[in-house]
Amino acid sequence: MNKKPLIDSRNLPILVTIILFAFMFGVGSVAFPGFFSLQNFLNLLIDNAYLLILGVGMTFVIVSGGIDLSVGSMLALSTMITSSLLEKSHVDPVTTIVIALAVGTLLGLFMGYLIQTFDLPPFIITLAGLYLARGLCYVVSIETIAIKDESFMNIAHFQIPIADAFISTGAAVALIVVIVGWYASRYTKFGRTVFAIGGNEQSALLMGLPVARTKILIYAVSGFCSALAGIVFTFYTLSGYALDGKGMELDTIASVVIGGTLLTGGVGSIIGTVFGVFVYGSIQVLIMFQGTLNSWWTRIVIGFLVFLFCVLQRFFESRKTRPLVAAPVEKAETS
Amino acid sequence: MDLWQKFLRSRIVWPLAALAILLLFNLFFTPNFFRVEIKDGHLYGNLIDILKNSSPIMLLAIGLTLVIATKGIDISVGSVVAISAGVVAVLIGGDFAGVPKYPIAVAMMTAVAVGVLAGMWNGMLVSRVGMQAIIATLILFVAGRGIAMVLTNAQIIWLYNKDFFFVGTGYLLGLPFPIFIVGAVLLMTAVVTRKTSIGLFIESVGINPKATRFAGISAKNILLWVYAFSGFCAGVAGLIVCANVKSADGNNAGNLFELDAILAVVLGGTSLNGGKFFLVGSIVGALIIQTLTTTIYAFNIAPEISQVVKAIVVYIVSLMQSPIFRAKIAGLWGRKEVVHE
Repeated sequence: MNKKPLIDSRNLPILVTIILFAFMFGVGSVAFPGFFSLQNFLNLLIDNAYLLILGVGMTFVIVSGGIDLSVGSMLALSTMITSSLLEKSHVDPVTTIVIALAVGTLLGLFMGYLIQTFDLPPFIITLAGLYLARGLCYVVSIETIAIKDESFMNIAHFQIPIADAFISTGAAVALIVVIVGWYASRYTKFGRTVFAIGGNEQSALLMGLPVARTKILIYAVSGFCSALAGIVFTFYTLSGYALDGKGMELDTIASVVIGGTLLTGGVGSIIGTVFGVFVYGSIQVLIMFQGTLNSWWTRIVIGFLVFLFCVLQRFFESRKTRPLVAAPVEKAETS
Repeated sequence: MDLWQKFLRSRIVWPLAALAILLLFNLFFTPNFFRVEIKDGHLYGNLIDILKNSSPIMLLAIGLTLVIATKGIDISVGSVVAISAGVVAVLIGGDFAGVPKYPIAVAMMTAVAVGVLAGMWNGMLVSRVGMQAIIATLILFVAGRGIAMVLTNAQIIWLYNKDFFFVGTGYLLGLPFPIFIVGAVLLMTAVVTRKTSIGLFIESVGINPKATRFAGISAKNILLWVYAFSGFCAGVAGLIVCANVKSADGNNAGNLFELDAILAVVLGGTSLNGGKFFLVGSIVGALIIQTLTTTIYAFNIAPEISQVVKAIVVYIVSLMQSPIFRAKIAGLWGRKEVVHE
């Protein structure tokens, strides 16, 4: 029997992410006065609420071994539907939100159906979804739609006090999504099936798990999360613009990867994704506080971090598999 | 007759048929679509425009075809286009009189070299570190545009050097010059992959990397150079894009190019599961995309909405390529068709 290591090696990438986040926040606190405050920490939550929600949906997709490239434009579509229904059709906010969520979920369901039923690559189908949703944005409107609906603005500006600081409605929604996502991933049949599919789809099928249904559902969940993220994004910007969320799919994937989720599927966690998003957010805040660096450095740093984490993951993977095989056999390519 | 049968069974039939349908549609519904005029010894017309405007995507698609044949993917090509455009613009400089800072040849060669380096970086990550291709190239996709913006100081550099513009807007023998660049790269790639065993090696890596290695072929080096070649293509495409718009805009140069290029390859019949690849198919795929865009322009539909049409085309083509879908359709007609793969 092996001695149980102090930390489960599966949790190591997440631990690294948390340490990295603490380190970055620490550096910021030492270097910049006014950085270390509860509000500044909560601002991370407020400013990245939409990314958290996207991240939760994306974590499910990636853990199942798939990918969803459509989230950025699905978010934009949701902002467009919300703002257009509110301002042009004067629908009440609740109905508006329900419609926007339904459209996102249905589009996700449609993509999941194509991917599962016809065994098509998720990469291509969601890539087309990216085009489709972005094009539909322009069908709704080419111009920016500003939201002036009072009740919607009241929801958006509502502040929930925490100690001497506050969080916005969007941040609260994100927190709820994170908690639900975390619970679903660990304690529900759906969540466990997602992990099983990502680990080995064939085995999951042989175990009698509802693979087909779950795979379709995963993309519907991601579509729902994208639409919800769009609404939260609308709370934040109070407008709809067809170019919202450009490139956000890759920001989301980057956050999920930094959070320790393997792109090969089967390994990952919602908590990791949360810290991945926090790392992403703190890089932006640090560069903003620093002041002289071009904001484009954010992208370079993110790219570098993704690189670092992937190398780290490879390192852990190779260490884990080595004692299991007698001869140095090259790891078979899956995916 | 035998040749005809062979043609019908080849993968190139589908993309060609799609292109033919699109062109036929235009023949009936778009006035003057096929008119080609000669002005100052240059050819003008929709068809020439399609050829010219699709040249950057064609170049990227050539590089990507080989990458996809190895069961890989390169989503960084758009960002590499931006980097290459940034490098060449910075080296030529925005002098109003058009006096280049460095000789144009040096600037262009450096830009392409940077593209190759970027590709080699991807190749190293995939072949040596063993990362998944999508994640390895995601790094440069994210960081690349940042690098391009930092290179150009987050500003759009306008160029005034007329000699450099020739790469994008010049004419040779009455035809736009970019077409000749694409032709040269295509010919070179076709000769190297079809007349030597390199093409076979690339396909074998895509089908079974382990068996390839056991057969004594260095799968690692094949992967490395395939990605480097994709970087080369992106570097050259960057030159054309930069010369065409006479400026380098790190934010918009090559934006969404990776998606169009991947689409072109898939439309051309190369499967994302690796293996067999079809260079000419990818070229036809790029032409389909550009013809579609031009058609939409001709109908005065907002160009942005063209993305919806593009998406629908992708769905249809993906479904056509899906054996399950074909079996279902065949079942509808009550025929038991054997599914070929």
